[in-house]
Amino acid sequence: MSVSLAALAETVGGLPGPRSERWKYTSLRALSARNFATSDDAVVVAPSVIAAIPAPRIVFVNGRFDATLSQLDGLTSGLSVQPLSQALAGDDARAVNFLDRRFELADETFSRLNAALAKDGAVVRVAADTQAETVLHLVFVSATSDTDLAIHARHLIELRENASLTVIEHHVAAGAHRHLTNHLVHVHLKPGSRLVHARVQDEDSGATLIARTDAVLASNAEHHRVDLELGAGLSRHELNVALQGEQARVIAGGALLATGRQHVDTRLGIEHIARNTSCDLHWRGLASGRGRVAFHGGITIRAGADGSDASLSSKNLLLSDGAEIDTQPVLEIHADEVKAAHGATVGRLNDTALFYLRSRGIPEAQARALLTLAFCKEVLSVLDDSKLVESLATMLEARLSQLVVSQLEPVP
Amino acid sequence: MLKIENLHVRVAGKDILKGLSLEVKAGEIHALMGPNGAGKSTLGNVLAGREGYEVTEGSVMFEGRDLLALAPEVRAAEGVFLAFQYPVEIPGVNNTYFLRAALNAQRKHRGEPELDSMQFLKRVREKLSVLHLKDELLHRAVNEGFSGGEKKRNEIFQLALLEPKLAILDETDSGLDIDALKAVADGVNLMRSPERAFLVITHYQRLLDYIKPDVVHVLSDGRIVESGGPELALELEAHGYAWVKDRIAP
Repeated sequence: MSVSLAALAETVGGLPGPRSERWKYTSLRALSARNFATSDDAVVVAPSVIAAIPAPRIVFVNGRFDATLSQLDGLTSGLSVQPLSQALAGDDARAVNFLDRRFELADETFSRLNAALAKDGAVVRVAADTQAETVLHLVFVSATSDTDLAIHARHLIELRENASLTVIEHHVAAGAHRHLTNHLVHVHLKPGSRLVHARVQDEDSGATLIARTDAVLASNAEHHRVDLELGAGLSRHELNVALQGEQARVIAGGALLATGRQHVDTRLGIEHIARNTSCDLHWRGLASGRGRVAFHGGITIRAGADGSDASLSSKNLLLSDGAEIDTQPVLEIHADEVKAAHGATVGRLNDTALFYLRSRGIPEAQARALLTLAFCKEVLSVLDDSKLVESLATMLEARLSQLVVSQLEPVP
Repeated sequence: MLKIENLHVRVAGKDILKGLSLEVKAGEIHALMGPNGAGKSTLGNVLAGREGYEVTEGSVMFEGRDLLALAPEVRAAEGVFLAFQYPVEIPGVNNTYFLRAALNAQRKHRGEPELDSMQFLKRVREKLSVLHLKDELLHRAVNEGFSGGEKKRNEIFQLALLEPKLAILDETDSGLDIDALKAVADGVNLMRSPERAFLVITHYQRLLDYIKPDVVHVLSDGRIVESGGPELALELEAHGYAWVKDRIAP
């Protein structure tokens, strides 16, 4: 059975409209009229889709845990990775207490839908003092099906005291599709823990992806994070980070790529709650064809969060006349003795640099690709693991070469 | 090798070159001197194919081909190299990666096999040692954070690596101290060969103490007003550019 998104959303208060400030740059009108079914049949996809992704990995296909593709043997002791569906079936209520969170704001419709409908997701826990050495991969595969699906998935990443973990979250398509996926991720970092989280969204161009990440950092917790928005027709990510304990730090970056008719919307909500907390944020937007990038970088330093240090840079490249980029850094300071800096720019590719490269024999398309890659790669500086940086740079490069080629072609 | 005839160039609606003619043969070094605003850098840029330089009249033939019809990258692959007056900083693009991409793109264009990273590094190290440059240069982003002297040396290093047929040096001497100037000149002298030509654009005679030109031209108001041997540069140094203007005044 398929129902329209509008009808489904009506049961939880309706979709945010054009007057919602938080959805100002992303219209849900066309999406609300479309019909979506809820997946109940398991879909089998070829292992080749995830061949490039090493173990340990937990794989979901159209929102369901896939035991065949997942590979979770031999995890470090202290690291537990489980599908939510299994946690729900167990008898330990505490294992799923993160589901108790309520979403009361009018425009939190997708979170309420998720709370009501999500049946599966990844539940990752790291015990106190555990240093997980291997990189854990969370893989979300969207597969072609007869009807467009609405998929809701809910996840937890919890690091106990002084634990550390590196996670790469992959969003990939196995074939063309027009599904709507709604992810809600809870990140809980206890005192002294350290999470490195890279999220690579490389979905099919027909996909709609709504994602929300809520991270809560206790004292001395450190969170390094990169978000690469490379694919999907419409993607929206809301990244909320609460710096709740003293000396909590978030160092994050993102690259937002919109080509063809892609629409990419990222909204940051960073809250400095405790004293001496810091954020260091680097976002890069790139739009070509009729692509659209919207970035909102919201930072609030609450009363009492004295000694906080906040820095945000948003740089953007407009590669064609039909593309559009909106960037809005918003800094609200209610504390004393804070350091805060932000800057936002929208520009074009540097003609002098382009000529310099061409004058050395590098063909124009390659020169453009080199310059755009260099521009986007800056965000990877928030990571200190050179192997991770290299693999993310490769993914960026693959997408960018397509984008540069698409610039030379007319958009239908 | 290079034959420029009656070249007229307009930049931002203003006529800069007004009938420049010049012929450079293989193995020769030509110096192009002149006061600020005479059109020296315009000539370098128009030969390398920079946008915004409108040729309204005249022709430029390079080895019998119409140079102006070629894209900048094709000119480079065909053997034209411009050492920039202001080398561009390109953050995020590694110098080694850039140089290898450039060299291999040129080789590919000429139908030569591309170099793998081992072959490439071998060649790079040879050139570095000849020019007395440090390896460290390779690991940095293109020109990023380089001093003025380092940028110019990097241009000469690229020249040595890419081995063009025609090298145009656009005020490579400007802003250099005497040591850097000598290093640049040494690099150029090492590259001198019967198959290669140089067009050295400079405001001052100083560089020509170290790079001996075969021919010296004086550019004034978009035209070559005087050509001669190396002694012309010395006369200019002694009398200043006003001297040339007086001599050509009707």
